[in-house]
Amino acid sequence: MRAPDDSLKTRIGDVLLAVEDVSLAFGGVKAINGVSFDIRQGEIRAIIGPNGAGKTSMLNVINGFYHPQQGRITFKGKTRSRMRPHEAASGGIARTFQNVALFRGMSALDNIMAGRTLKMNVNFFWQMFRRGPAMREEIEHRRFVEEIIDFLKIQDIRRTPVGRLPYGLQKRVELGRALAMEPELLLLDEPMAGMNLEEKEDMSRYILDVNEYYGTTIALIEHDMGVVMDLSDRVVVLDHGEKIADGTPDEVKRNQAVIDAYLGVAH
Amino acid sequence: MASTADTRDTFPKLLVRNARDFGARPSMRHKDLGVWQSWTWAEVLDIVRAYALGLSRLGVKRGDTVAIVGSNRPKLYWSIVAAQTLGAVPVPVYADAVADELAFVLQHADVRFAAVEDQEQVDKIQSVMDRLPNLEWLVYDEPRGLRDYDHSRLRSMEDVIADGRKALAADPRLGDWLDGEIAATKGSDPSIILYTSGTTGTSKGVVLSGERSITAATDTVKFDHLDENDVALAYLPLAWVGDHYLNFAQGMVAGFCMACPENAETAMADLREIGPTFYFAPPRTLEALLTRVMIRMEDASAIKRKLFHYFIGVARRYGERILNGESVPLTGRILYGIGNLLVYGPLKNVLGFSRVRTAYTAGEAIGPDLFAFYRSIGLNLKQLYGQTEAFLYVTCQPDGAIYSDTVGPAAPHVDIRIADNGEVLFKSPGMFTGYFRDEAKTAEVLTPDGYVKTGDAGFFDDKTGQLKIIDRAKDVGKLKDGTLFAPKYIENKLKFFPNIREAVAYGDGRDFVTVMLNIDLTAVGSWAERNNVAYASYQELAGHPMVYNMLEKNVAEVNRSLAADKMMAGAQIRRFLILHKELDADDGELTRTQKVRRGFVAERYAPLITALYDGSSEADISTEVTFEDGRKGVISARVKIRDMTVVPAAAMEKAA
Repeated sequence: MRAPDDSLKTRIGDVLLAVEDVSLAFGGVKAINGVSFDIRQGEIRAIIGPNGAGKTSMLNVINGFYHPQQGRITFKGKTRSRMRPHEAASGGIARTFQNVALFRGMSALDNIMAGRTLKMNVNFFWQMFRRGPAMREEIEHRRFVEEIIDFLKIQDIRRTPVGRLPYGLQKRVELGRALAMEPELLLLDEPMAGMNLEEKEDMSRYILDVNEYYGTTIALIEHDMGVVMDLSDRVVVLDHGEKIADGTPDEVKRNQAVIDAYLGVAH
Repeated sequence: MASTADTRDTFPKLLVRNARDFGARPSMRHKDLGVWQSWTWAEVLDIVRAYALGLSRLGVKRGDTVAIVGSNRPKLYWSIVAAQTLGAVPVPVYADAVADELAFVLQHADVRFAAVEDQEQVDKIQSVMDRLPNLEWLVYDEPRGLRDYDHSRLRSMEDVIADGRKALAADPRLGDWLDGEIAATKGSDPSIILYTSGTTGTSKGVVLSGERSITAATDTVKFDHLDENDVALAYLPLAWVGDHYLNFAQGMVAGFCMACPENAETAMADLREIGPTFYFAPPRTLEALLTRVMIRMEDASAIKRKLFHYFIGVARRYGERILNGESVPLTGRILYGIGNLLVYGPLKNVLGFSRVRTAYTAGEAIGPDLFAFYRSIGLNLKQLYGQTEAFLYVTCQPDGAIYSDTVGPAAPHVDIRIADNGEVLFKSPGMFTGYFRDEAKTAEVLTPDGYVKTGDAGFFDDKTGQLKIIDRAKDVGKLKDGTLFAPKYIENKLKFFPNIREAVAYGDGRDFVTVMLNIDLTAVGSWAERNNVAYASYQELAGHPMVYNMLEKNVAEVNRSLAADKMMAGAQIRRFLILHKELDADDGELTRTQKVRRGFVAERYAPLITALYDGSSEADISTEVTFEDGRKGVISARVKIRDMTVVPAAAMEKAA
């Protein structure tokens, strides 16, 4: 299904985000220790590693939720050492969470509409009355959201409160909400966690489609090795907060340090 | 109107007439991106003309066959008419057909072009491309995911239509040429080839002519008083004769609007939004709907539940009689009126039946309770009997003469005869002209004097004068002691219980009757939830002793009702088992129209059949299953078998 190798080069562009020598510590615990890697425009980049390797911390650093004590992050050519989450969001970084974080009482449609909030410009006054420009804006955003609903094939649950949906579908709605932000960089924290095989296959398909159809750059954390190796263009491996490998899935698979980290070493 | 329709003997000619007579009225609706889009007859004619021209520029010409693959979408219906406009013959294929089935039909019909819905169908066709050397072009409706495909033999419908439109604008003479093409379509030429679902072996291409199709549809449009103000929801497979007849052909003849749902999962919600006036549902769908309503009522508050059950009781007593126009006591009418306000009206609204004037069900026997339920709440549900070879209608029930166990008298201008072996034969205005490229089979089903053998056994009921179908003629068998064994008759009685989704009966040439059952996961699952029965899978629930006990009661009840019928009393069920997996079309156990392939199931589960007859109390079985993505796996299980007691026939005679 994957595009042949020569087209990869045309799809993947310049460096979109570079992490340089980033370290993060909570008190005495070093979560991330001097890690550097980059994410290129249009690629699917996986961050893997055993439990406690610092994967989620890394994502949190990238979208500004944590502030690293050391190191620099360059996003779209701009270098910074700290950024707030909402700055990251308006700057084009969207994410989904390890545990579903949706508004459970709201419909799938409303949840995804919520993802458009940052794109809405009409002032509070007009929105209060839902007239004039507010109406026009809502129609325009609704159209965009409906395209996402169509894309993710969730038309039948459009009006269902997400709390009533099975887990796999909630994850899909969450992906929809992230897509509604039209992100340049989409961070997915264990998109397949807790899913059955069929849901995993569906989700993999959607991740590939998002990458291809919207051209979104994707960074994902995932435990399922099969999924990671099939989906990603490049993989970075963390262990105990340090980078132990970085390369294509094949390179990483053969890397001795990675094998040791996952299977343990005889001492 | 009728006299003009007579001269319109092909669908493209009808489209021209509709665009003239009903130009501004809606012809097609489709929910897209959450909004209902509409096209008037005039707009549709405009699109179809441009589309036809675009197709002809790709090389489609008179006599070509064009495959139509996908779900109910406007552009696919327009592909049908556009092909017909050029004198080409559309060949619809079921959207969920696996690549192999698809390849068979495309190869057999020798298609040069295929109009398909989306990437899924394109992928499927491309995977069997080496078997289709004559296939020249694929046109698709939904562009998603196809952007990077090799477009040397691939076009989007959008582009084909735009190309045709541009050409039309550039050269006005092309418009005249198109008019000429439409005028040149002949009513006696093949209008469409519908492949049967293959209940009995490989599928056959049923060739229908425009003239006959339109004559048949004109009859039934008159019969059910359909006109341009009606609306139908096209949610059943586009390749199925029912959809092509009820929605497409009748819509063309009457000029009514056909609405396409957003997708298969939203069909029920879309039904409610559209509020069709003409509705068709197979008994299976009606049953699923009722099960859902009942389950939700179980969860409703006590007051609502009491209200519901009380007024459903009222409806049961008076509803059908009111609908049939019989006399009903005043109190009954008043109670029914209140019930309509409080329960039936809102219920019909939720189900999307508020505006339905005529509803049909067909395809299999419908449970008397189920049938009575819908009629009692005021839905004018009727039965028809038909088949692809007849272009649907053989019999249908007129208003006021509706029974759950008959399928009605002969439809207008249809001639029915019962053969000596009990097989139903018919001659009808819409009957097929033959099987495509299969004269031997055509000759097989035609009698020397031109009647079509339906393959179904039936008789005319003495009481009502309507036709009663009991089973496939070739399936009616005999037990060793000579007792008549009509498996379908027994299976249907079992399937009328909400807990039983599927039943397969065996007994021909055996000592006694046995059945294999499939539980209905929705109904039994909800029962399990209410009774604190824990289960992890279908297999575990199906094998649960309490489930066996519950189904044993159902089987006992069927035995009692069989005992009441002198002909069938000897064919009571002696042993039964519950299968560990659902019968599935992907495994070849059901046809695409969800009919059981009894012979195939018997082969596949041979160890179970042996166990049913050798007296053992359980048996091991492992079967291969096909997942949705085409991969295969194996399911193994130990299946238990229950013995049943037989009800003496004499004891029941008094009770009956």
